[in-house]
Amino acid sequence: MTLIDFLPIVPEILVLVMASVILLLTAADKCPTAGYVPSLLTLLGAAVLTVVTGGLGTDVLVRGLVVVDPMGDVLKLVTYFAAMASFVYGRAYLREFGLLRGEYFALALFAVLGMMVMISSASLLTLYLGLELLSLSLYTLVAMQRDSAQASEAAMKYFILGALASGLLLYGMSLLYGATGTLALSGIADALHGQSGNTMLLTFALVFIVAGIGFKLGVAPFHMWVPDIYQGAPTAVTLFLASAPKLAAFAIVMRILVLGLPELLHDWQQMLAVMAVASLAIGNLAAIMQTNIKRMLAYSTISHMGFLLLGVLAASIAGFAASLFYVIAYVIMTLASFGLIVHLSRKDAEADTLDAFRGLNRDHPWLAAMMAVVMLSMAGLPPFLGFYAKFFVLQALVGGGWIALAVLAVMFSLIGAFYYLRIIKLMYFDAPIEGDHRIAPVGDAVGLLSFNGLAVLGLGLLPQGLLALCVIVVQASV
Amino acid sequence: MFESIGILSLTIWVPIVAGLLVLATGGKDGAAGGVDGQRTLALLGAALGFAVSLPLWTGFNVSTAAMQFVEHANWIPLFNVHYALGVDGISMPFVVLNSFVTLLVVLAGWTVIKTKVAQYMAAFLIQSGLINGVFASLDGVLFYVFFEAMLIPLYLIIGIWGGPNRVYAAIKFFLYTLLGSLLMLVAMLYLFFASGGSFDILVWHKVPLAMSAQMLLFVAFFFAFEVKVPIWPVHTWLPDAHVEAPTGGSVVLAAITLKVGAYGFLRFTLPILPDASHELSWLIIGLSLIAVVYIGLVALVQSDMKKLIAYSSIAHMGFVTLGFFMFNSWGVEGGLVQMISHGFVSGALFLCIGVMYDRLHSRQIADYGGVANSMPRFAALFMLFAMANSGLPATSGFVGEFMVILGAIQVNFWYAALAATTLIFGAAYTLWMYKRVVFGAITRPEVASMKDIDAREFLILSILAVCVLAMGVYPFPVTEVMHVSVNNLLEHVAHSKLMPLVAH
Repeated sequence: MTLIDFLPIVPEILVLVMASVILLLTAADKCPTAGYVPSLLTLLGAAVLTVVTGGLGTDVLVRGLVVVDPMGDVLKLVTYFAAMASFVYGRAYLREFGLLRGEYFALALFAVLGMMVMISSASLLTLYLGLELLSLSLYTLVAMQRDSAQASEAAMKYFILGALASGLLLYGMSLLYGATGTLALSGIADALHGQSGNTMLLTFALVFIVAGIGFKLGVAPFHMWVPDIYQGAPTAVTLFLASAPKLAAFAIVMRILVLGLPELLHDWQQMLAVMAVASLAIGNLAAIMQTNIKRMLAYSTISHMGFLLLGVLAASIAGFAASLFYVIAYVIMTLASFGLIVHLSRKDAEADTLDAFRGLNRDHPWLAAMMAVVMLSMAGLPPFLGFYAKFFVLQALVGGGWIALAVLAVMFSLIGAFYYLRIIKLMYFDAPIEGDHRIAPVGDAVGLLSFNGLAVLGLGLLPQGLLALCVIVVQASV
Repeated sequence: MFESIGILSLTIWVPIVAGLLVLATGGKDGAAGGVDGQRTLALLGAALGFAVSLPLWTGFNVSTAAMQFVEHANWIPLFNVHYALGVDGISMPFVVLNSFVTLLVVLAGWTVIKTKVAQYMAAFLIQSGLINGVFASLDGVLFYVFFEAMLIPLYLIIGIWGGPNRVYAAIKFFLYTLLGSLLMLVAMLYLFFASGGSFDILVWHKVPLAMSAQMLLFVAFFFAFEVKVPIWPVHTWLPDAHVEAPTGGSVVLAAITLKVGAYGFLRFTLPILPDASHELSWLIIGLSLIAVVYIGLVALVQSDMKKLIAYSSIAHMGFVTLGFFMFNSWGVEGGLVQMISHGFVSGALFLCIGVMYDRLHSRQIADYGGVANSMPRFAALFMLFAMANSGLPATSGFVGEFMVILGAIQVNFWYAALAATTLIFGAAYTLWMYKRVVFGAITRPEVASMKDIDAREFLILSILAVCVLAMGVYPFPVTEVMHVSVNNLLEHVAHSKLMPLVAH
């Protein structure tokens, strides 16, 4: 193995080095607020390197531990931009809460590194390493606001449930290793190919793995942590952990289930179907009752992840591409919605209740319009991005003959429309509570928010480009 | 992507762009001085929108049933989705009607709307473009996009500028109509695969489908369109929406959006699912007759004028769907004429109620009485529209109803007999309301001080009066446009789709 073999993982190396440098500088107390610009530059550099080293081929490297393929590259690129957007949105908030420190950016970069490793994993070992790196960084990020009891509680819950999920996943992996004798995902697929094997053992392994993935994705019935963590974490951290990690979670679904265990298709299809329907039901129904917008969006995330699984379980190129499209659309919409909440939040008045959005149209018509676009998009209404995300998943479902599931999914979308409409109702139909929205506009955040909101509309009017990209990379990678 | 921008694209995008421009000029409330500019800009946009729709009428070839003014461009080639536009004799009148009504609505909201003027005007303009898109779409996905997107402006119109209970009405309106359309989306995806990967509505017309599939698709499409029409028993959102909506919202709702549902039956249900349509025609006929008779009786007992006209709309739309499912040209053409006529008449009636509401801030019949004494000019125009609503000969209201009854009597005497009761109920509830509101002695001092309509209001109402009379006396220009398309549709529907069509 020569140095040139490491070329495809140069982006990972860059992020690792820069995270360490920022951490060292912070520890040496050289520049206490360091990290914002270097982090953005690091991610930008990683993006450039990923594009440069990327291609349409699939390479398995580093003794079969890492795979570099187009789907991974696309997911990584979206991850970088999601992380960058969450830094830009979160800066004013973090400064206000005294969290704008080097540790924040170092931890966030380590989390990004964890996601990158997960996305590129070709072996159960790498996958688990990436997952733990991501999870441990996120636990710490949630707990960073030390003087907040709510945040500490959230971090504790997150840590315990996350550790449990990791344990489940690890146990499933060990069973899988016992059954096949290899950790490499392609090796597992080969070992299972055409042999009936020990079905009992494999089924057990699959159940544990699916449960572990379910935890990480936050789909019912493993969703309990999601609302608490979203609500308890500092909003800027919620923004970060609600967006990019879903890309990595989607990646491990694809890596383990689709690439590693195609032989168990019928088993995991059924499990995913149950989880998807349960998520759609619980997510959409529970969201209606929430008065805290972070909590409401947490339940909405659960339902979105359920929808995402529908595309995967259709088990066709169209289905995987639809899911990839869905997760990217989800990340774009989530960044905008949480970005706006972060933007409206201040130390004395966190904008995390629904009431904070009352009458927003009167004071900030442009921000209200952006939020309205995002809410309508999340509700799945055309001509916004979220509609096509749902549309392509439904198309894959109907094409695969899952018409009953498609009907169920649209019926739950109807229920979902109600609570998204309620946000619009609050912003447009209600009078503001006096004294709210006294925010000093932050230029770069408003600019990015506008871009983000308009992207939801623009990609909705012309979805062909993103869709074609998803189909091409899935074709090249699966 | 576009070789040239066609007339239909203009009818869609001119109002939308105008709406966005108006929106861009409007800042926060209280930005004084700009309001007149915003109104004028909106009026210009609406006028331009109407102007670009006129060539559709003048340049229309009445001797062919083929789609005209066709535009075609790739939109999502991966899934064979096209930006495909075109109109035939069935859809073209509605594009023109919609652009026309938008112009009136902008005028009607001129002085009445005082808060968020730019947003109000923009919502109507954007809505107008989206509705034109619904009528002009030849691609299922494009149709669906417009069909759903048009809910958003109306939701905002009802919710922001509506009455006291507007939030409930707006959300009910939205969720009811969304319920219907979501099932249609699944049905469209099914048709996509059944037709071998096409979203072209005209291709769907030719796809052979088994009876069981047709039945399920019929149910899905029926849900989508019955809510919009609305057909009893899913009509309950309409009175709520009408009562709470501002005048302009009521006008658009009654004159245009209800037509979208009925249009859907002609564009999707009948030609794509002819066998299921025949098989289940008893259902539609039954529900339509219930709408005509029962809803007519419900209208009789309303004490709120807007609610009364809302119920009257449901009864009149029942006539439309009844006509469609007679499967003869009298019935279908009668239904279409009725749709256009109802667009004028119900729009005018809601404007009349709006005129009174602006002065007295009440919609209760009991609060009025003797309006003729203080507003003679208004009373005369109102009289004409009330007569048209009750189906008086020589008004447009008579033509459509008469044609549908003629169509129905060919199928079954009792259908016609029941349908004809509308002439009694319609006259009863409309004229009784008119009598209580307009005639008699003035009992309340507020009524005595009501000012007669000003030039702007007179202009709007008299334009509509001319339309109502012209169509009542000489409906030929309207029926001529739709005749060939309707006959072509009926011929198509007469062929079963159960066996694959043999190539000629």
